Amino acid sequence: MTKCLDPVILNLWHPIGAIAEAVPGAVQDTVLLEERLSFALNADGEPVVWRSHPDVQGPARVPAADRLPARSTYGYVWTSLGSPPAELFLIPEYEEPDRRKLNAATFGVNVSAPRAIENFLDMGHFPYVHTDILGVEPHTEVKEYDVEISVDRDEILATRCRFFQPMASTASDGGADVDYVYRVPHPYCSVLYKSSPVDEARRDVIAVFLQPVDQEHVRAHMLLCVLDEDNEDKVIKRFQQTIFGQDKPILENQVPKRLPLDPRAETPIRADKSAIAYRRWLSQKGITYGVIPVAA
Amino acid sequence: MITLYDYELSGNCYKLRLLMSFLRIDYKTVPVDFYPGREHKSEWFLKLNPLGQLPVLDDDGLVLRDAQAILVYLASKYDPSGTWYPRDNPALLGEISQWLAFADGITSTASAARLHDALFYDFDIDVARAGAHRLFRILDEHLWFGEQQGRSWICSAGHPTIADIACFPYIILSEEGGIPRQDYPAIRRWCDRVKRIKGFTVMSGVFPAGPGKVAA
Repeated sequence: MTKCLDPVILNLWHPIGAIAEAVPGAVQDTVLLEERLSFALNADGEPVVWRSHPDVQGPARVPAADRLPARSTYGYVWTSLGSPPAELFLIPEYEEPDRRKLNAATFGVNVSAPRAIENFLDMGHFPYVHTDILGVEPHTEVKEYDVEISVDRDEILATRCRFFQPMASTASDGGADVDYVYRVPHPYCSVLYKSSPVDEARRDVIAVFLQPVDQEHVRAHMLLCVLDEDNEDKVIKRFQQTIFGQDKPILENQVPKRLPLDPRAETPIRADKSAIAYRRWLSQKGITYGVIPVAA
Repeated sequence: MITLYDYELSGNCYKLRLLMSFLRIDYKTVPVDFYPGREHKSEWFLKLNPLGQLPVLDDDGLVLRDAQAILVYLASKYDPSGTWYPRDNPALLGEISQWLAFADGITSTASAARLHDALFYDFDIDVARAGAHRLFRILDEHLWFGEQQGRSWICSAGHPTIADIACFPYIILSEEGGIPRQDYPAIRRWCDRVKRIKGFTVMSGVFPAGPGKVAA
């Protein structure tokens, strides 16, 4: 018996753990959509995911009927409790060989997945929450940007976003106007592209993949796919963890924890264009999990 | 030169960053990938601290572990005002030591709850939260009675001591472990006073004090 009744969410791929932190053969337990799951890498390094069961102690002994769909993509194990699509959304930059690809961290956060996505899309909080890093007063204006819901790709795209950032990444050597592009290609995942301080023709990619533990708790997996030849992995991770650690209390103090989809529930401002599109997109998809749907 | 082996999200490391900021001490940082890399359990780190714990501080070859011990050392050596750890006041030193031990209790309860919720540590979360509430209740009463007597800080002095620094981080971060502070008004007022000490610095998850209120 499944605890999530939202068919759209049940049929999605969801991330459950980072490959970099998995020890081959060792079983990890986690929770997805209120279901206890176990996963491990088998002898070939391929992920095996199953519903947790005391009799099943390792990936080699999982009865076929108990196995869940599993894939290893973008450095994470993904699974589904329903019938997932053949492909996951594409991040072509992930294949570029000169990028540093890291799981910055997986953090537990006491918030719904949609609230976390909305915060990720918001630039207005940069100077106040990420002071002297992603923003600084008096550079507080969110300039006009474009948002579209791409029908053929079924994702939200926010472009022409610009923000002054004192320290945009570990590779920065001072403040700069930074260009952003945001994609929301999955109800609980978002991909951000921002100007690279080391190559003006390319962009760093930072993605947040949210694993819904239940409607009001997530495990946030943070993928970094950046251009940086100088800094150690741990320095790059530390930068992103610092940012996320600043967001965390803001996320956890959101009331209500689930995202209200009624346009009258919370008053948006012009800077919230991408959030408005996101809420509308979730409504159009008929999503009910992690949100407060519009009353019928 | 002082070197701090540091993890940004560690409240115990933050204690030392706070004191060094109050004392305007220059230091350099060696980041340790505590999570997810578990670098504090790596071979090179265990040579520095066989307990496999952060923080560690190296001052020209003197290597010390344990946040409270390092607070004692730094304040004794680098505080010209002699107020953070007043070496000539036995009664006050006794009080400070008492609250440094209390701070360790906050670490094993409130910090444990935070590690459970955010970093998936396998702790008994109900025990951790109940333990933190018990300590917060004791500290709240202590601070409340202190306020009645005109005392603003944890120990009996007209100025903050390292006891305040030792207790502050895992109290201000307690909500990340599901431990709200609304029932501890004296603790909340004290947190605000700590944030207004000259030289105060934040860490991820801690915000500066709001603008001061003008008396009506």
